Amino acid sequence: MTAILSVRKLEKTFGSVVAARDISLDIPAQQTVGIIGANGAGKTTFINMITGYLRPSLGTIWFEDRDITGRSSRQITRLGISRSFQVAQIFSSLTVMENICAAAAIARGPRGALAHAWRPLLSADTVGEARAAAELFQIGAYRDIRAATLPQGVRKLLDIAMAVVGWPRLLLLDEPTSGISIEEKFSLMDVVMTALKSRNITVLFVEHDMEIVSRFADRVLAFYDGTVIADGAPAQALADTRVRTFISGTRTVPEAVAGAG
Amino acid sequence: MSARTNLAGASAFVVLAAAALAAPAWFVSLATIAFANALVVLGLIVLWRAGLVPFGQALYYCVGAYTVALLARWVGITDAFVMLAVSGLIAGLVAYVVGFLLARYREIFFAMLSLALSMILYGVLVKTETLGSTDGFGVATPTFAGYAPHREALGLALYWLVLAVGALCAFAVSTYFRTTAGALAIPIRDNEIRIEFLGLSVNDLIHLKLVIAGVVGGLGGALAAMSIGHVDPNMSYWTTSGGFVFVTILAGASSVAAAFVGSLVFEIVRTVAVDLLPGFWQMILGSVLLLTILFLPEGLGSVFARLRGAPDRGAP
Ligand SMILES: Nc1ncnc2c1ncn2[C@@H]1O[C@H](COP(=O)(O)OP(=O)(O)OP(=O)(O)O)[C@@H](O)[C@H]1O
Ligand SMILES: [Mg+2]
Repeated sequence: MTAILSVRKLEKTFGSVVAARDISLDIPAQQTVGIIGANGAGKTTFINMITGYLRPSLGTIWFEDRDITGRSSRQITRLGISRSFQVAQIFSSLTVMENICAAAAIARGPRGALAHAWRPLLSADTVGEARAAAELFQIGAYRDIRAATLPQGVRKLLDIAMAVVGWPRLLLLDEPTSGISIEEKFSLMDVVMTALKSRNITVLFVEHDMEIVSRFADRVLAFYDGTVIADGAPAQALADTRVRTFISGTRTVPEAVAGAG
Repeated sequence: MSARTNLAGASAFVVLAAAALAAPAWFVSLATIAFANALVVLGLIVLWRAGLVPFGQALYYCVGAYTVALLARWVGITDAFVMLAVSGLIAGLVAYVVGFLLARYREIFFAMLSLALSMILYGVLVKTETLGSTDGFGVATPTFAGYAPHREALGLALYWLVLAVGALCAFAVSTYFRTTAGALAIPIRDNEIRIEFLGLSVNDLIHLKLVIAGVVGGLGGALAAMSIGHVDPNMSYWTTSGGFVFVTILAGASSVAAAFVGSLVFEIVRTVAVDLLPGFWQMILGSVLLLTILFLPEGLGSVFARLRGAPDRGAP
């Protein structure tokens, strides 16, 4: 398998805060990777660097044999990397269908703003793709509801659907289940992962719930203090002592364990 | 839906064109100015929908007006069609150039920067003795492809010209609202980050809006200069810009027709108010604005939208 994404010695500092340090890894095409880590571990920073929102202080990022380090988010999106957000980024005055249509018209249209002044928003292609995406993410029932009034789960699905209409090859999901009740989390992830598999998309998703991670990820990257402390199959990575101590909390500090025993 | 809107627009155009033959000359000239100003408001609506309020749109109005005046004075061109084409082009160019700066700003910074640019032009004109300084100077009587009317006939010809240019611009802008670049106005207001991450530059989209608003604003200024027969630096003064913002609030951004209705209502209210209560007309205008904001927060245009049954938000 060839790597779709390769990062080498990635580092990001904000003044004296080191949000990412010495991150080197390869992601093979069509792998589903779960990213775990406590608050402030650097998960969002990692995604922000790959999607061009933040420029790495050091290191390189390769996507499909292309060095994309330091490119703008717009350029990176056009190359085939898309993302969803920890807080859903949608057009709240528009309906669900209008949101996906707008996304499809942009992502499938030309790069230049001027070229978009000659294309109707609601072309057959736009509307067709928007319907397909609404079906795929099972939000067709909400098509005429204004996005501002949507339940949290639908907002999340809409955010991801909008990231997918451009047919990305790599998708980064920042906490797709944040703000969702425990009961809903699994069904939401089922919908998302089935949809993304059907389009052969390589996925990196940030998740705090270890059960979700072990159920949906092929591989786990555990972040701690800006760096990757464990990288492997879920069973193996989640059993790692440092992961259990610093992230999943299944292993408390030794004294506490001794006290309980 | 859009075919019906176009038909309604075409009918309104015919009725308005015919009405001039029956209306008194003073009303024809009032409507001429109102519709010329409406073009600037049309440009404001383009920006308004994206959440941008320029407090210096008079810049393009003034550029268009001075272009007309100077074409006659320096080049000897008095043909209205040539003057219009050149003013639209120059105002568009100015908008294109300042757009590189303006398109990077939002909200109050955008408003103030746009105001500053218009006040720079005002300052330059006031200091330019050869252009009459604060007094400005007269504009030669326009001709129309060889036709050179006077008095009432000139008034009618100008009215019809304003109406024709207004109709063309209204049609062009409403077509633009249905393109992706035009329909993305509300998404720009809602969430710029999402647009960027879908692969389009929000600044470029706004830059295009600025140029469109600049061109129609310049055309409005050109037509106003021909109708008034005089230009002066006040055309770029902040109170002129404020007047356009006022009319846009009155009209609302819901439809292109609203720009013309709003502008006509504004001119009528102002004329009547000045006639009836010369000392208090600003107060009357202020009250009209207050009532609009209280009872028609989406402007006069929202009344048509309600009559049509569906709120036309100009959204995709
Ligand atoms: N723009 C920024 N400026 C300064 N510091 C930042 C910035 N963005 C992130 N940081 C810091 O970098 C560190 C990593 O933050 P990041 O948002 O990547 O964490 P995270 O793993 O996504 O956390 P969470 O689970 O809370 O979302 C934190 O200490 C954070 O305060
Ligand atoms: Mg985060």
